[in-house]
Amino acid sequence: MIRAGLIGLGKMGISHQAILHPHPDVDLVSVCDASQYVLDILNKYTGVNTFSDYRKMIEESRLDCVVVATPSRFHGEMVRYALEHGLHVFCEKPFCLDLQEGQQLVELAAERKLVNQVGYHYRYVETFRQAYRLLQAGVVGQVHHVRAEAYGPVVLRPTGSTWRSNKSEGGGCLYDYASHALDLVNMLVGSPSAVSGAILNKVFSRNVEDEVYASLHFADGATGQLAANWSDESHRKMSTKVTVWGVNGRLAVDRQECQLYLRAPVSGAVELPQGWTVTYTTDLIEPVWFYLRGEEYSKQIDNFVQAVQGKSAQVLSTFASALETDQVIHAIIAGAEVNPIAVGTQPGGAESPAKRGLFGLRTKGRR
Amino acid sequence: MQRILFGDNQFFGVNHMSEEKARAQSMRFQHTQAVIDVLDAAYAEGIRVFMCTTHERIAEVCDHVRANPARYDGFEFYPCMPYAHKYANAVTEHGMLEALKLFLPDDGAIGALLKGGLSVARKDIDGIGQLLIDAEMKMFAGLKTPVIFLQNVVTDLLLGLGFKQAFRVFADHVKAKYGAEPGFITMNMPMLLDVLEEVAIDNPIICSNINKIGFRMCGGIDLYEKTVATRRFRPVAMSVLASGAIKPKEALEYVCRQSKIESIVFGASSRANIRQTRELIELLSDPRAAA
Repeated sequence: MIRAGLIGLGKMGISHQAILHPHPDVDLVSVCDASQYVLDILNKYTGVNTFSDYRKMIEESRLDCVVVATPSRFHGEMVRYALEHGLHVFCEKPFCLDLQEGQQLVELAAERKLVNQVGYHYRYVETFRQAYRLLQAGVVGQVHHVRAEAYGPVVLRPTGSTWRSNKSEGGGCLYDYASHALDLVNMLVGSPSAVSGAILNKVFSRNVEDEVYASLHFADGATGQLAANWSDESHRKMSTKVTVWGVNGRLAVDRQECQLYLRAPVSGAVELPQGWTVTYTTDLIEPVWFYLRGEEYSKQIDNFVQAVQGKSAQVLSTFASALETDQVIHAIIAGAEVNPIAVGTQPGGAESPAKRGLFGLRTKGRR
Repeated sequence: MQRILFGDNQFFGVNHMSEEKARAQSMRFQHTQAVIDVLDAAYAEGIRVFMCTTHERIAEVCDHVRANPARYDGFEFYPCMPYAHKYANAVTEHGMLEALKLFLPDDGAIGALLKGGLSVARKDIDGIGQLLIDAEMKMFAGLKTPVIFLQNVVTDLLLGLGFKQAFRVFADHVKAKYGAEPGFITMNMPMLLDVLEEVAIDNPIICSNINKIGFRMCGGIDLYEKTVATRRFRPVAMSVLASGAIKPKEALEYVCRQSKIESIVFGASSRANIRQTRELIELLSDPRAAA
């Protein structure tokens, strides 16, 4: 039985509380939030110990581990404090708004040999696991392009007053939505080494972007595209899809199905015929001990708990992998500041190819 | 409870197997008349219960049934509340407390407003819960709603948190105010039954996935079968086809073989499919067929 604490009781925090509490190996000892109102209700009706100061909670609760589900700008200090007190940490995504801080936390967790995980729950969706296995086995051959998409109905009106509508707190479609798609790209085909053509557009929001587009460039010459839009009402809920093109075929995966098209059959560790192979979530899912809103939310917590108990060697989403995603996010923010190339500009022109930027692309909109 | 309950997932683009199928369904049913046409087909096949979420579009179906009482003689709704996405999206947009205030009644009934304000201030869960239930039930005014369900996202959230008192509030309020039986939808049926017994909700109606492949049956298929066979509650089976992963005959044989299952929910989009499923359930539920 491990003793767990939880910091932050927003939507994700409450969801984690509901998943941690019934876990047979977890004693959810205390929870912490800035809202006394939420704390009073939870204490009154569920009996959990409550704190409004996370330091006090960590000092007084004799915890083994802590789940941090606060707005992203608090992650750095809270995660550091927990690690320094010898606690294993599960932190919500995105990991850190400051890359240096993220790097320090990766190192601190490694130094102290503490389990460290970030809540990129899509890594635990069975169809994406299946895609990972297929790509690891190299079934599509050399990958030359990947497309990552995330759409959903979050901001549909020019309102919004929470931290999610504030960039400096880790809000916006890039941090909230695109981060999942980028993290999946990192898991499935590896992390890009550069980005270009980054676009951050507002549709309804005043302070943050509602849609994000960017090209991704990989060290081996492969390319990718990201498209994310959280103001798309045509989707009932968040819909995330990754499509990978290789010389031997194409793999398209979302949370319901994994569609594979192969030009030539594959044999060896995986045996697959030429043509279509479609796997559905209903074929892949194994029951979890408790279901709230998707097996993946339960599985990521279970993986964390098992790792804390020393029963599982590793988690699927570490501080280090989440930092790679943060790095891509930062590159996109920086890339969006690059001027576009005016229509009418002559290719080649006065500029010699040698002066062009990385991967033959112009990085500044020169005339 | 009736044996066959007609579900509504197909009308709202819910499909656990394919986003493309889900989208095709949401296109087909974007106008409420298309939903009503399928309900008419179900009615013509002798089905008398529509088990539906409190999605805002259901209000239009309610208006239609209310306007044509003779046409829908004996037709009943089993509302399932709330339609959770609207709350989840509002929490993302406004934060927890503001979202809560947003959904409490604001239709000018001063009493309700006052009560809502006071309930929120006093952290009086009974009062807040009752107001939220009433807000969800408004669209069913004047219609028959003999069973009212709590949706699984809310049931399982409360179950996970250990917020047991809320089940009692729900059960008491739907009985007292609507003369209805409380039902609970869950993905964690054995665990929920323990808790409902603990808060003295006797012989509860529990709707959960019950299918041959164990899809979303937390606790495992063996425990589900044992719980259904040996414990005191009124099981309703949903997701019996596991979104199409199991063939209808095989799927319904599995469910109908468990004689304590009282009702079966299914959704379909054509009269032929509705008929096929109804006939299969009737055939397989006949004790002579089982013998």
